[in-house]
Amino acid sequence: MPLAPDLRIGIDVGGTHTDAVLLNAAHDVKAKVKVPTTADVTSGVRAALDGVLDRAGDPAVAARVTHVMVGSTHAMNAILERRRLQKVAVLRLAAPTGLAVRPLIGWPAELRDAVLAGGAIIGGGHEVDGREIAPLDVEAAKRFLGEMEGVADAVAITGAFSPADPEHELRARDVAREVLGADVTVALGHEVGTLGLIERENAAVLNAALTAVARAAAQGVADAVTAQGLDAQLLFTQNDGTLMSVEAAARTPVLTIGSGLANSMRGAAFLSRLRDGLVVDVGGTSSDVAALEHGFPRESAIAIDIGGARTNFRMPDIVSIGVGGGSIVRPDADVAGGYAVGPQSVGAALPTQGLVFGGATTTLTDAAVRAGRVAIGDVAPPADLDADAILARAGELLANAVDRARTAPQDVPLVAVGGGSFLVPDALPGISEVLRPDHHDVANAVGAAIAQVSGQIEEVVSLNGDRAEKLEEARGRAIRRAVEAGADGSRTEVVELDEVPLAYMTEPIVRLRVKAVGPLRTSEQRMHHA
Amino acid sequence: MSDRLTQIALDDVDDLGVGCGILGTGGGGATYAGELMAKQVLEERGPVRLVTLDELPQDGLILPIGTIGAPTVSLEKVPAGTEPARLRAHVEARFDAPVVALMPVEIGGSNGVKPIAYAGLLDLPVVDGDAMGRAFPEVQMVSMNVAGLPPGMVLLCDPHGNLVSFEPSSEYWAERLARTAAVAMGGSAVEIDYIMTAAEAQGAIVEGSITTAVEIGRALRGRGAADGVQALVDHLGAYALIEGKIIDVERRTTGGFVRGSVTIEGTGDDAGRLLRVEIQNENLAAFEDGRMLCCVPDLISLVDDQSGEAVPTEVLRFGQRVAVIALPCDPLWRSPRGLEVAGPRAFGYDLDYVPVEDALAPRA
Repeated sequence: MPLAPDLRIGIDVGGTHTDAVLLNAAHDVKAKVKVPTTADVTSGVRAALDGVLDRAGDPAVAARVTHVMVGSTHAMNAILERRRLQKVAVLRLAAPTGLAVRPLIGWPAELRDAVLAGGAIIGGGHEVDGREIAPLDVEAAKRFLGEMEGVADAVAITGAFSPADPEHELRARDVAREVLGADVTVALGHEVGTLGLIERENAAVLNAALTAVARAAAQGVADAVTAQGLDAQLLFTQNDGTLMSVEAAARTPVLTIGSGLANSMRGAAFLSRLRDGLVVDVGGTSSDVAALEHGFPRESAIAIDIGGARTNFRMPDIVSIGVGGGSIVRPDADVAGGYAVGPQSVGAALPTQGLVFGGATTTLTDAAVRAGRVAIGDVAPPADLDADAILARAGELLANAVDRARTAPQDVPLVAVGGGSFLVPDALPGISEVLRPDHHDVANAVGAAIAQVSGQIEEVVSLNGDRAEKLEEARGRAIRRAVEAGADGSRTEVVELDEVPLAYMTEPIVRLRVKAVGPLRTSEQRMHHA
Repeated sequence: MSDRLTQIALDDVDDLGVGCGILGTGGGGATYAGELMAKQVLEERGPVRLVTLDELPQDGLILPIGTIGAPTVSLEKVPAGTEPARLRAHVEARFDAPVVALMPVEIGGSNGVKPIAYAGLLDLPVVDGDAMGRAFPEVQMVSMNVAGLPPGMVLLCDPHGNLVSFEPSSEYWAERLARTAAVAMGGSAVEIDYIMTAAEAQGAIVEGSITTAVEIGRALRGRGAADGVQALVDHLGAYALIEGKIIDVERRTTGGFVRGSVTIEGTGDDAGRLLRVEIQNENLAAFEDGRMLCCVPDLISLVDDQSGEAVPTEVLRFGQRVAVIALPCDPLWRSPRGLEVAGPRAFGYDLDYVPVEDALAPRA
């Protein structure tokens, strides 16, 4: 009897390792693997798929895989390395407002030169109260885009107050398709950013610049899945740890930039069954701490610089410190305890450079082996290694980072995940207990495999009159967006509703943000809905 | 304090932005767009000259200039850049006298930075000074009002080229009418009021505040709070109130203003101490064990311990690490009229003003 299609694979493509896990319908981890990340993404993903299916120990499992979910940092790395970025025509719909700041003025010159094909600020956009600033200047858009033909690879379009009314952005996109061809890549501000015209424009430009890299990565992963003979739906995870289609990931790659971190936090929440508390993910070079709210990482409230460009899309709110398994330890009389720890790290070279692997560099892993916290390597660390003092220093730095990530004064549980999580002490101030779930070393891939589907709206609205009705309507729209994105409507709920009043206005105008999340519809349910 | 600066060059803009953030005392709006405007103009046209009142023709006109409106709207609505020229032309025609300099109406927040861009566009110098020495939420809370000057003609201009000019019967009408016009203009506009000659400005403005802002930026930017705050204490007459973490934020919006309080628990040398800062768009008063340490019009700013930059009231949240500093206000605000306009009672607090240096004296 053929077995039910009931398995899913989660993959996390990190800077150093590509991790994969195989989960069954009950979300038990049936197999896991860690392989080196490759420059072309594809071969690393293929090796990870090979490895995880091989470890499942039964050739029949491949046929049972229904979904492959992928989180990746390739988009972030492409920006940091200015690698394969597209030239972007930047069109702002705001004139006569906005002329005093031309596009990309605040960017580091190198990144701007790598990305900017040309910019124009033309008539269009909206006021806070919904009126048009000016009718969309279609002729000016045509002129500018015509000049960009052959110069720009992609177009970024951002209109004033487009999160409240995207109509001009959508119409300008149609103009771009008319002028530059139906298949031209167009990034729209309202799809990638929130309030803040310049930050949103920057996000749209980065997004447009990343489309070639993103398409190649999406194609690479898709090829790897096909090559494996899997008949599975491929999905990507985004910055909030929820899913997006391959097509959406290729279209809005900036929304995947923080997916690795988000997946690790989501995976930690799932593995530990914790919904509210803290997570620390200790890797080879750094530790990332985030607060969990309802099982999701808390989002950052401040603007985020990506490669020096200020943006405002939502990212997990992370406290990062340079403490990890590969952190280099040096005697330092100025540090309490006598040792300085990190931020330098041997990183991926730990298996050759660490003392316990026969290398010459003292790392935190060597101290942990000496103290008996972990048993790895093939050489005993020196007997005079002052492991207690070194680990105490690392513990102090971790305790400080954990304390910074706290969101409430009460003691909360902490989930410790990642390959270096043996560095996290069992007792920390403000922490009720430290949870170390099974499979914590692949929490990020688990986070991808269990990812849910979200729908979000963000807009500026007047709450004059029936406030309750308007809020209810906004909740409904967020839920509908989640269902459109593939969520199971019967189990989709609003997980966040943020209402920030605007100061200095005479009417009650608020910035409203609503997010709904639900589990992925299964293929069976999809048929019912079709 | 060191010598006055004589110009603002491209390299000074980031420092000016950080300093204006600190002098914004939690309000005043984000400086980012203003910094970009200034960079764009300075890149194209070179540095903008800073002048003292004595360097100007005494019968020449000074335009105090600022943006009026909701900071959130300003995030979306960047100026056209044409507003200042239109305002200047209107003023010169009406007054039949030349405009010789611009001046920020408010050094705190974005209003401290944008006038540099405007001055570059108009090829005018900027008076090294402003009308507050900090940020205040209302139009009448300006030094010229304290000095007894009338608001005179008030002008607002928006990017569409609409120009509204009116002559209010008092500073309170100036606030009310300007606010209404700004809302009609889409929530944000460039405003000029208290137009005065250089001679009239003597004693009626806070002098040296642009230099102060740049010095604060130089002390703090990229250095983090620990070193930076010490530099402010050593060189700029600041007081370090506490270093610690935010353990409570209470916020509500009433009457168009964000009101609330934030509580900071001391860490390190300040462990065991609790400081509460009362907020009404700006940080208005700081209390410890029921004792007031500092209140408006003296300045209270929260400084991020890593970046050394000001933490605006709208992004305060539990767990943030901050240093809280106080700066004495300009002496003009400590006069009876100054306290009437912008002392604690002008913000609805039943408190008597005590200068920060006196309030902190028993601790010294």
